[in-house]
Amino acid sequence: MSSWQKDPVLKVEHLTMRFGGLTAVDDVSFEAGRHDITALIGPNGAGKTTVFNCITGFYKPTQGMITLTHPGGSRFYLERLDDHEINARARVARTFQNIRLFKGMTVLENLMVAQHDTLSRASGFTFGALLGVGGYRAAQRDAVVLAREWLARTGLTSRANTVAGALPYGDQRRLEIARAMCTRPLLLCLDEPAAGLNARESEGLNELLYTIREKEGIAILLIEHDMSVVMRISDHVVVLDYGKEIADGTAEEVRNDPRVIAAYLGVPEKEVGKVGSEVGL
Amino acid sequence: MAERGQSFSHRLKPALVNAGLSALVALALFCLVLGIRTVDTVQGLTLKPRPLLLATAVGIVFVGRLLLELFWWHRSWHLPKPTGLKGLRAAASQYGGVVLIIAAVLFPIVALALEKSLHLGLPLRYLFDLSIVVLTYVMLASGLNIVVGLAGLLDLGYVAFYAVGAYSFALLATNFGWGFWMCLPLAGLAAALWGCAVGLPVLRLRGDYLAIVTLAFAEIVRIVLLNWTDVTNGPNGISGIPDPTLFGLPFTPRGDVTFSSFFGIKYDPLQGIVFLYYVILTLALITMAVTLRLRRLPVGRAWEAMREDEIACRSLGINTTLTKLSAFATGAMFGGFAGSFFATRQGFISPESFTFIESATILAIVVLGGLGSQLGVALASIVLIGGFEALRHTQGLKVIFGPDFDPALYRMLLFGLAMVVIMLWRPRGIISSRTPSILLEAEGGAAPANQRRA
Repeated sequence: MSSWQKDPVLKVEHLTMRFGGLTAVDDVSFEAGRHDITALIGPNGAGKTTVFNCITGFYKPTQGMITLTHPGGSRFYLERLDDHEINARARVARTFQNIRLFKGMTVLENLMVAQHDTLSRASGFTFGALLGVGGYRAAQRDAVVLAREWLARTGLTSRANTVAGALPYGDQRRLEIARAMCTRPLLLCLDEPAAGLNARESEGLNELLYTIREKEGIAILLIEHDMSVVMRISDHVVVLDYGKEIADGTAEEVRNDPRVIAAYLGVPEKEVGKVGSEVGL
Repeated sequence: MAERGQSFSHRLKPALVNAGLSALVALALFCLVLGIRTVDTVQGLTLKPRPLLLATAVGIVFVGRLLLELFWWHRSWHLPKPTGLKGLRAAASQYGGVVLIIAAVLFPIVALALEKSLHLGLPLRYLFDLSIVVLTYVMLASGLNIVVGLAGLLDLGYVAFYAVGAYSFALLATNFGWGFWMCLPLAGLAAALWGCAVGLPVLRLRGDYLAIVTLAFAEIVRIVLLNWTDVTNGPNGISGIPDPTLFGLPFTPRGDVTFSSFFGIKYDPLQGIVFLYYVILTLALITMAVTLRLRRLPVGRAWEAMREDEIACRSLGINTTLTKLSAFATGAMFGGFAGSFFATRQGFISPESFTFIESATILAIVVLGGLGSQLGVALASIVLIGGFEALRHTQGLKVIFGPDFDPALYRMLLFGLAMVVIMLWRPRGIISSRTPSILLEAEGGAAPANQRRA
């Protein structure tokens, strides 16, 4: 039994997603450990983002079960929840492959919107705060404290009052992670967080993800193409190819799995040795 | 201007040629449109040439083009930018709102005082009536601004809420004899409920589809009002809607205790109008204040976030259906308030007052003013409603276009022209800047942005 199977925060069982006649994800099952960084990798079109969209509720899976377990033991069956409930109740946060910030609003406002659920309740669903009763002021102060903390961690404090759309690309990526973290999640799903980052920014991202796992004890599930990031920081790697799961193990195990190498080289498995020696593996 | 490149005399020749060409084009265009008029005489239809008018039009084109060529287009990017303008604009957006509010509060007092002391012969009644109409539109546009400007939901049927408010008030007041102040919140509530009822099925749609369905719902409301004769009295409308009172004191000379007799002053019909002016001013200011406050509350931020990216909103745990519905209902409620004010002011309402053109006018005010901007909406209402009313009384144009020229007939044409011009110069509306709802201060807690965004 692997370490992530002992106390999984997320358990995906027999997940299948069909779009008409196309089976994008075919019977995929894996677990993500509570304190692990789990990477979901695979060649383009392998169905990684589809799995993500099923987990975060943007797609309703055709078959399968997705269970999220809170530390207290309460379970959430994500395939039955609406997308906004998955964040608000099951506490799963996500970022997007093509960054989706509120571009016309400032950096701080982006982080405040992320805390909408808490703030809205504190404002007495608007009515209380409009009449000046209830603890909205205190709640807003707390929200700013949390936002300030994540601004500091992502190095965006000096840009807090800038419009988010005006930030450079790397900052936008980090802001999206900060925004997701401001929802106080238990599982953070990152869709290609290192895409388009230069080597130095990528290094900074690794640091950030490490601290999120170490300090916050939050599980991270990430899709990534940058193998240097994947191999360095992942505790657990799941490999998809053509919608099927072809490997599941530690980074080291996966790296030496002939089926994974075959998938990435795009050749049948028995030719891996030959092609591998040709390309110098 | 002549110091750069060519001298003035060098530029004169090509400018003259270009102006001449433009004049030729204008002549070709206008010779049939303006140059000839069909007149119905005893002999039948005859053509009456109007050479003077044609010459004026062509002359305007010639001189205009010449001046543009010589002085305007030639002024190139080398000219230093006027530095004061930016500061002026910032100051305008910061204090413009306060100045406007003070002006609006003082306007009747100053006008009355001027009239009483100097006997200028101001058309006071007309001025107040016009200001009341402008303020009604300010209020309507502020309500729509929540839906379109903040939440980004294009609503082409806003007039439906206006109608629901007006009819709820009229029916409650005439059937149960309730007063204005009691019916006002009820009318707002009715409109908000209608907003929810329409919103629930409709808000799954986005963009153009939403716009079309809201347009259809507004037509449904109007047609129901027109045909449900038992309740709404159909096209004949509802009359005898009571005027608002000041703590039970009516402004009309009927009855025992009236406003004038209670305070022991002489009755003047203007008193009632000035009162109405202050009622709608208060309502409009409340609408704006509430909108300003809502913007800084979670719900307002969620509205703006939804306008920016709905999917991201859902990924952050925001229930977008409820958020949209709240925007729709809030906007509808203010529309309902405005509607009940309209009903009480007119004393008579019929479905004719709630046609699509009203929705279009309100939307035009919001778009021209600048989506989400309160000050912009106020300015656009003044310009569009007040400005076109003023046009009705402009005599100057008659000198050029003849004595039977009625500028009011060209209102829609000018309306369109104003739209095009503003969209060219300021594509995001008169006031296009957005004030953040919260600012991070250097140390200590962050204060909610207290920069005014009126």
